[in-house]
Amino acid sequence: MREEDILQAEERRVEEAFQRSDIAISVRGLRNSFGDQVIHEGLDLDVRKGEILGVVGGSGTGKSVLMRTIIGLQTPDEGEIQVFNESMIGRSDDEALAVRKRWGVLFQGGALFSTLTVAENVEVPIREYYPNIGPELRDEIAAYKIRMTGLPTEAGPKYPSELSGGMKKRAGLARALALDPDLLFLDEPTAGLDPIGAAAFDEMTRKLQQTLGLTVFLITHDLDTLYSICDRVAVLADRKVTAVGTIDELLATDHPWIQEYFNGPRGRAATAAVSREKDREQTKQAAVSPPDGRR
Amino acid sequence: MNKAADLAEENRDGGNVVRLSGSLAIACLGDLPDRLDAVQGPVSAIDLSQVDHMDTIGAWTIHRAVKRLGCAISGASEDAGRLIHAVGELDEPVPIRPNHVHPLRRVVGQIGEAVCASGTTLMGLLGFFGATLIATWSVIRHPRRFRINAVVQRFEVVGVSALGIIGLMSFLIGIVIAQQGSVQLRQFGMEMLTINLVGRLTFRELGVLMTAIMVAGRSGSAFAAQLGTMKLTEEVDAMRTIGVSPMEALVLPRTLAVVVMMPLLGFYASVMAVIGGGFLCAIALEIPPITFVQRLREVVPITDLWVGLIKAPVFGIIIALSGCFQGMQVKGNAEEVGLRTTAAVVQAIFMVIVIDAFFAVFFTWVGWN
Repeated sequence: MREEDILQAEERRVEEAFQRSDIAISVRGLRNSFGDQVIHEGLDLDVRKGEILGVVGGSGTGKSVLMRTIIGLQTPDEGEIQVFNESMIGRSDDEALAVRKRWGVLFQGGALFSTLTVAENVEVPIREYYPNIGPELRDEIAAYKIRMTGLPTEAGPKYPSELSGGMKKRAGLARALALDPDLLFLDEPTAGLDPIGAAAFDEMTRKLQQTLGLTVFLITHDLDTLYSICDRVAVLADRKVTAVGTIDELLATDHPWIQEYFNGPRGRAATAAVSREKDREQTKQAAVSPPDGRR
Repeated sequence: MNKAADLAEENRDGGNVVRLSGSLAIACLGDLPDRLDAVQGPVSAIDLSQVDHMDTIGAWTIHRAVKRLGCAISGASEDAGRLIHAVGELDEPVPIRPNHVHPLRRVVGQIGEAVCASGTTLMGLLGFFGATLIATWSVIRHPRRFRINAVVQRFEVVGVSALGIIGLMSFLIGIVIAQQGSVQLRQFGMEMLTINLVGRLTFRELGVLMTAIMVAGRSGSAFAAQLGTMKLTEEVDAMRTIGVSPMEALVLPRTLAVVVMMPLLGFYASVMAVIGGGFLCAIALEIPPITFVQRLREVVPITDLWVGLIKAPVFGIIIALSGCFQGMQVKGNAEEVGLRTTAAVVQAIFMVIVIDAFFAVFFTWVGWN
């Protein structure tokens, strides 16, 4: 068997395993520390397939560290991490390649390669992993990925330094989606965006998640994002995941941080915004289709 | 289950049908896009009933084939149809790279840009020099605003910490000059002249020049990087808002430190080079150190020392100014800090050598030769 075939078989095996299981990511007993400072201790977390999981927590509770550990940028002291039912700890980069191809990561600042244009950035993963795809098709794939993330066509030949913060994030997302991943990691996607841009980004994330059947691991501080697109929310506090569930479920717990987070002034404002939105939609529907009796 | 994507052409009642099968995901596509491209029309339909899984890249492959062959799609599952429809809506050409410019035009453009850039840099540097002078004057008028702590701290960073590397470098250079010189002078039987060579060359030129290059590399670059990072994190703006002048708080202490340290370091470097030369003379040429020192005093006029010491603070000003100036020019992103740091060092070394040439002519003209 040629090396390529072995690799392809491995990829297919990973994909099959993923399609069978219900859990995309499973973290057990994770421990992370920097020097004396322990960030995570006995952390457990499951991300279900096809959901958008929001991860929240105060500054310094290790949200980004958790993400970096799952994607293998940081080696934990202890613990077990499985992605698509494949154990990720203690594996060489080569062995984990089949899994790595199945996820896309959007870093906080976009992390675009500054010497390449936006379109070339999107092409990097395709070029790297699938050299069998010809240059013409590759350009076309990059083109529709860019359009998919809502960037204007003029953005393609631009360099990252010429883009605004919001456009950089969209370009970063286009690159993260280049290989049609099953799993998407987003690190504070709406941080630094204006409310309109943030709402648009949320909506796009939701739409892409539905169209492509993605599982999304989303770190955020943005309460509006949590309310509008997250299926479940995981709260990081006291060095572990204190609670996981829908926002309503979380509100039922009596953990002080969770209560303060969702019932603080900003939390209440976000709740109010959601109910206003619902009211507006109901009024709109009522206006569009008046009751039959009035005719 | 997931099989590699495959393609078969069939002749059915209506005409040719391309039947795709297997998994149309990027991992399983293989050479299918090329084979699909090779299919020649007329084709009445592309049959997807055997396809069990599809991602957007597979959907795009089908979309472009449908567009090219002008055929219909049959047997698509609901998901597949939705995906093909979704990518089809995004079909709009996106340029990948910036427009290609004719090489000749590009070269001319780059030359023009470089000329403009060096012009503005020169003017900016002059302006910066003026601003430093103004800051100096205002500090002289209000001595309380003088930041003695900052200056002393810079003395240590620029001067004391550099002693090791500059001493070692000068010592080795002294050895090299003596060794290379003695080889040439031996041909004339004038090995004693090696002492003239080492003494005059180091005090007059090399001691200060090499120190300047080392200080530009160590401190000039550090200044540019420090100030550049402070500009990026808006520390400089914050200072201004609070009412602290960045020129007085950042630029002046650094400039003063380099200006004071350069003559000291230059003298130290010259002495170390002479020691290196003397060391080689003692070992290789068997000139005893006492003879070396005695001869040195005879052949090196005191004006050589003055030449070196007069040049040193001027070089110091150039190094500090170009470092601080480039640092203050940083705006935008972190990449700029690197570019500006490089520019600071290159600019400083270049200008030091240019000014050194002027000094050489000048001192000969005043008769110090």
